[in-house]
Amino acid sequence: MKNNAPGVETSTRFPNGRPENEQPPWRHDFPIDWPEDSYVARRDYAKFLVLTSLAFFVGQLSIGLQSLWRRSRGKPPIQKVAQFAQIPVGGVFPFNYPGRHDPCLLLRPAEGPLVAYSQKCTHLSCAVVPRMEQGELHCPCHVGSFDLANGRPLAGPPRRPLPRVVLEIRGNVIYATGVEERTT
Amino acid sequence: MKKPPFPREQRMTIIHGILCLVLILVILQLWLLMATMDAYLGGDSTIVWPAALASLVCLALNIGLLRYLYGVDRWGR
Repeated sequence: MKNNAPGVETSTRFPNGRPENEQPPWRHDFPIDWPEDSYVARRDYAKFLVLTSLAFFVGQLSIGLQSLWRRSRGKPPIQKVAQFAQIPVGGVFPFNYPGRHDPCLLLRPAEGPLVAYSQKCTHLSCAVVPRMEQGELHCPCHVGSFDLANGRPLAGPPRRPLPRVVLEIRGNVIYATGVEERTT
Repeated sequence: MKKPPFPREQRMTIIHGILCLVLILVILQLWLLMATMDAYLGGDSTIVWPAALASLVCLALNIGLLRYLYGVDRWGR
């Protein structure tokens, strides 16, 4: 057994709880101070937890920096989307807003006003597909769905509503003037 | 004057206590991160920096507890 410093216990409890003379021969060949071993394991576990804590803080910091970057971009531009006559009742018009890589859908349901949403599912950014007759936007990746009228999640893994594109109709032209991200 | 070393059983109790505290703080940080991410993706940036500050406090507490744990380790040697 390991020689301990003065003042520290010298007896070792084995994992099976039996005395030393009942231990298998391999334990005598490869002696391990089991309490000391479990003590070191716990210390290393605490170190691992503190590193995890550091990783979480770095994550928080990256969100903060992203929010600063988002603020520096300012408001999205006003962009012409389509002519009103281009979209029949029950029709869908795809467009990109505010950037070239931000796909959106302009929808004209049979009942209610024109609506436009981001096409990226709020779960894992798969493209949602409109199902006008069922009044929903369907995400085929994980079978999520959103209400066509307000973009709120109806079923599946998404928890946040689809970002809504703010529309403005001037004469016969539809313009996108902003994006409204929502938590509920 | 140097403190007398704790017996191993007492050291283990202290270490278990520290582990519990560190674990609670890490779970709190995880919750903070998820709540912040959800709010940020939902367009609400107001809680981002207060949450980052709270996370920093948790990290500082965790580092303090780890240092204390190493201190306990030194007493035993």
